[in-house]
Amino acid sequence: MKFTPEQAAKVAALARLTLPEDKLEHLAAQMGDILSYMDTLASCPTDGVEPLYSPVEHDTPMREDKARKTCQRADVLAQAPESDGRFFIVPKIVAG
Amino acid sequence: MPDITTLTLTDLRAKLAAKDISATQATQACLDRIQATEPKVDALLCVQAEAVLEQAKALDQAGPDKDKPLWGVPIVVKDAICTKGVPTTCGSKILENFVPFYDATCVERLKNAGAILLGKANMDEFAMGSSTENSAFKPTRNPWALDKVPGGSSGGSGATVAAGQCFSSLGTDTGGSIRLPAAFCGVTGIKPTYGRISRYGVVAYGSSLDQVGPMARTPTDCAAMLAVMSGHDPKDSTSAPRPVPDFEAETAARRDLKGLRLGMPGEYWGEGLTPEVRDRCQAAMDTAKSLGAEIVPVKLPHTQYAIATYYIVAMAEASSNLARFDGVRYGYRSPEARDLKELYELSRSKGFGEEVQRRIVLGTYVLSAGYYDAYYRKAAQVRRLIRQDFLNAFEKCDVIVGPTSPFTAFGLGEKTGDPLQMYLADIFTISLNLSGLPGLSVPVGLGKDTGLPVGLQMFGKAWDEATILGAAHALSGALPGLGEPKGL
Repeated sequence: MKFTPEQAAKVAALARLTLPEDKLEHLAAQMGDILSYMDTLASCPTDGVEPLYSPVEHDTPMREDKARKTCQRADVLAQAPESDGRFFIVPKIVAG
Repeated sequence: MPDITTLTLTDLRAKLAAKDISATQATQACLDRIQATEPKVDALLCVQAEAVLEQAKALDQAGPDKDKPLWGVPIVVKDAICTKGVPTTCGSKILENFVPFYDATCVERLKNAGAILLGKANMDEFAMGSSTENSAFKPTRNPWALDKVPGGSSGGSGATVAAGQCFSSLGTDTGGSIRLPAAFCGVTGIKPTYGRISRYGVVAYGSSLDQVGPMARTPTDCAAMLAVMSGHDPKDSTSAPRPVPDFEAETAARRDLKGLRLGMPGEYWGEGLTPEVRDRCQAAMDTAKSLGAEIVPVKLPHTQYAIATYYIVAMAEASSNLARFDGVRYGYRSPEARDLKELYELSRSKGFGEEVQRRIVLGTYVLSAGYYDAYYRKAAQVRRLIRQDFLNAFEKCDVIVGPTSPFTAFGLGEKTGDPLQMYLADIFTISLNLSGLPGLSVPVGLGKDTGLPVGLQMFGKAWDEATILGAAHALSGALPGLGEPKGL
């Protein structure tokens, strides 16, 4: 399967990754090889087969919709690259 | 007294309970061993020397506790598993400074059982790899030959046990990441049934595939660890509300293989095996027969699709799971970002390594509109067929047996340039994860060409870990031991 550097850049951008120009060609070639290998699945007949997305067999009941305190704000914010002690700080989102 | 670090976990535990060895002595012995071997193997990312000696001292002052089944036993945890107050990097620069404020449930249970957490094991970044060369920090070396890989992604966990640095370690197995390093490093490792051990606090890679499991010197040691960690956890909806058998007693009780039907799938015993792996595994099957096992042929006809299926599912889930690493709440943040989009892009592009980025891009592609049906949905359909193969095979046998890997440990750098070749190393392990079933790897000898460990894999029915642990215990008891790793 042929995968172009432009395609690789486009998909990377969707995943919020910016890849350097000099690596795009190499990545595109590898993706082409890997996707060609994955294309072998096309030869496996699956008409009428129900997809299996998880091996879990038990019911996964909903939790009660009730707010609970599971951790302290200070503990969570301690890992933040930038905070004001109350909130996470990020670069300005809205211009002006 | 023999060197403490050569004891099995089970033997150490007996000596700790009898006060023949103190928790401090056991801990100090491991720290000394780490100091002597770590410069050669690079199995660990951090060691909590002072803290664990204090902990051991406190345990000794309180005295052995029969309600704590791992009282005073030093262990190591893969760095993909959250540990309160101890860095958890997942082998990635993006989490280099991350120090969780909580323990993963499996770690909490080990601590409550009295285990001493020595440190964290090196791994492929975000568990993506089969050689532990994808760690952002350093490659780990195989204690049997320092120019060989330990397997991946739990290579640090395998190497630390093989090097005698601890008595058991935790790995995670998404596509064989416990069983492959166990085979390459000559130790036993088990991936339990999906849902047996809580994934709460385990950094997610492929959520429908990941399972935590122990690696140790013997199947009985693994059973002791598994018993402590298993059981329902309300914090993880995929954790199963099922009773936990007495894994240790059931494992130790099996002395032979009488009444056990071992299924040999032709797809695992055909072409592609190196002669030394074939010889050792075949010899182990002969031993199994002499122990009373009945050998039956079984078929797993969709094995040829397993790698493609696995990588589509794993990469799709990874691309989704890794979206949380955006530089906002934790982990690396690029200082150059001028707006939010740049914050995401620069932080992720600089924080993730090459293999992780490759898998995110591939995962994003196979999930994108227009390709979803051709890749992800198709893979999920084939996944059901692969699982059905196992269910059909288990109508004819109790345990499925095959080599863990087609070859023994390969050279450092040998496969890093060709990701597809690296993916093929998982050919015998990944079907199990797709199916959610339990499987283990147990050493069956050294290859006659390379002198490196060969692992035999045993797959069990869902929730039937006790049978494969018992079978591995009986078999390994009848085989000669591997001896000490020759690379140290």
